[in-house]
Amino acid sequence: MAQSRIRALLLAPAGIWYLALLVFPLIVVLIFSFGERNPIGGYAPGFTFEQYANLPARFAAFRNTMTLAPLGTIAALLIAYPLAYYLAVKVSPRWKTTLLILVIVPFWTSILIRSYAWIYLLGGNGIPALLETLGLGEFRLINTPFAVLVGIVYGYLPLMVFPIYVALERLDKSLLEAAADLGTPPWRSFLQITLPLSMPGVLTGSVLVFILLTGEYLIPALLGGGKVFFVGNALVDLFLQSRNWAFGSAVAVALILIMLVIVALYTRAIKRFAYGARRDDAGLI
Amino acid sequence: MKFYAIAVYSFLYIPIAIIALFSFSAGRSASSFQGFSTEWYGRALRNPFVMEALGTSLKVAFLSAVLATVFGTMAALALTGMRGRLRAVFDTLVLIAVMIPGVVIGIAALIALVTVFNAVNPVLEALMGQRLSLGFGSLVGVHGMFTMSLVLLLVRGRLETFDRSQIEASNDLGANPFWTFVQVTLPQIAPAILAGFLLAFTFSFDDFIMAFFVSGSETTLPIYIFSSIRRGVTPEINAIGTMVMVASLILLIIAQVLLRMGAPQAKE
Repeated sequence: MAQSRIRALLLAPAGIWYLALLVFPLIVVLIFSFGERNPIGGYAPGFTFEQYANLPARFAAFRNTMTLAPLGTIAALLIAYPLAYYLAVKVSPRWKTTLLILVIVPFWTSILIRSYAWIYLLGGNGIPALLETLGLGEFRLINTPFAVLVGIVYGYLPLMVFPIYVALERLDKSLLEAAADLGTPPWRSFLQITLPLSMPGVLTGSVLVFILLTGEYLIPALLGGGKVFFVGNALVDLFLQSRNWAFGSAVAVALILIMLVIVALYTRAIKRFAYGARRDDAGLI
Repeated sequence: MKFYAIAVYSFLYIPIAIIALFSFSAGRSASSFQGFSTEWYGRALRNPFVMEALGTSLKVAFLSAVLATVFGTMAALALTGMRGRLRAVFDTLVLIAVMIPGVVIGIAALIALVTVFNAVNPVLEALMGQRLSLGFGSLVGVHGMFTMSLVLLLVRGRLETFDRSQIEASNDLGANPFWTFVQVTLPQIAPAILAGFLLAFTFSFDDFIMAFFVSGSETTLPIYIFSSIRRGVTPEINAIGTMVMVASLILLIIAQVLLRMGAPQAKE
């Protein structure tokens, strides 16, 4: 009995904190999403589905998010997989830790400053000027969907490398040796052994990156120049500029619902591939 | 394969290097390098707006990280080895805190706090002549709520891998639970707690999006940088950015070393 009282005391501050600044605010968002817009800005009580019916007004933000986020995820995956493979299989153990830390470090430094660096690189005096002097013609890169894509791949690449690396590292090397002894060409054993066994890592990395991308604000704001905006940018606009809280809440609820669907699909998919993997795959970062 | 790796590492580090390089440019132009100078560092450090924003960011990061570390560690201790409904509730809360995008946490906290403040302020004003508003407190609250989840995950991970037979041995030898905690458990999880603190501090210091919504009249350094970028790129911002990156890099390296020190593979 004494022990359970101690437990309750230990949990109380965290529980109260979550209730006050996570659970309660999310409930407020849900309630507000059924309300109406106050003419002077903010929220007026009510019960209506008007805000949800109005969601198509922000269709462009959802469309951009739902095209660039999957594209960015796939691009990050294609770049990350060979690197993760190299780190897990080819690099000597002496360098492994250092090289891995070098992948993670950028992820933990300010995404704001890292994205801002691309304003330089993609801006008029950066890569476009270089391409022009090479005689490849004129390019405009900044404030395009391409710039946003580069920014998100750059920002989230580290998060993709890590889970794939872990999956490949765990892979039982004797399977590959056995395949080689039986005369299987390397490309076939990669396709039939390595790739399927690394799928849990691929899925985990993709879902992590995709989920974070659906809520992205900074990268489209800095590199999209107001032309390429995500749902996150629509939310900032609705809450800080036009102060349409009811509609903004409906947009936020829609965003969370999309994410929940993705997580549900992920959990189903990971169960299929889970035969070789352990439970802790999902809790990497 | 090796060249591929070099290419990817270049992709990761060239943009960072360019920021650092241009921070040493002597000219006003942010796009061409005009001689070496540390002038912009001096300017940034003498700029009162930068210094004020830096002060706010440091205070918010420190206080939120301390609270997150204490409460996150407490919760991790309680949750380890626990089963049942309460454990499931907390697992869900941590998951929600980590998964919900920062922008949604920001707007949710904004409208919830403003609604509560509008409701209680008339009463508070009548009784004490004061009103609640967004600012330092809401920044610490929202950052701490998020980073507490990070600390909880780190410390619980450490608690779940360490050898519980030591606790049993200590109990068998007649130590009371408090001494067992101080002499056996705490030394083992201390590196994870410190690493959690440093990660929490770095996160809060670097966060833009949550702060953007709940900062009220306060300006944190990322908010200052963001609004400056909106007005145009300058070498001064490069200097600030470089200093911020170097500072968080140092903290991260310390956190990594601590986590490694505490890891169970130390016996090799």
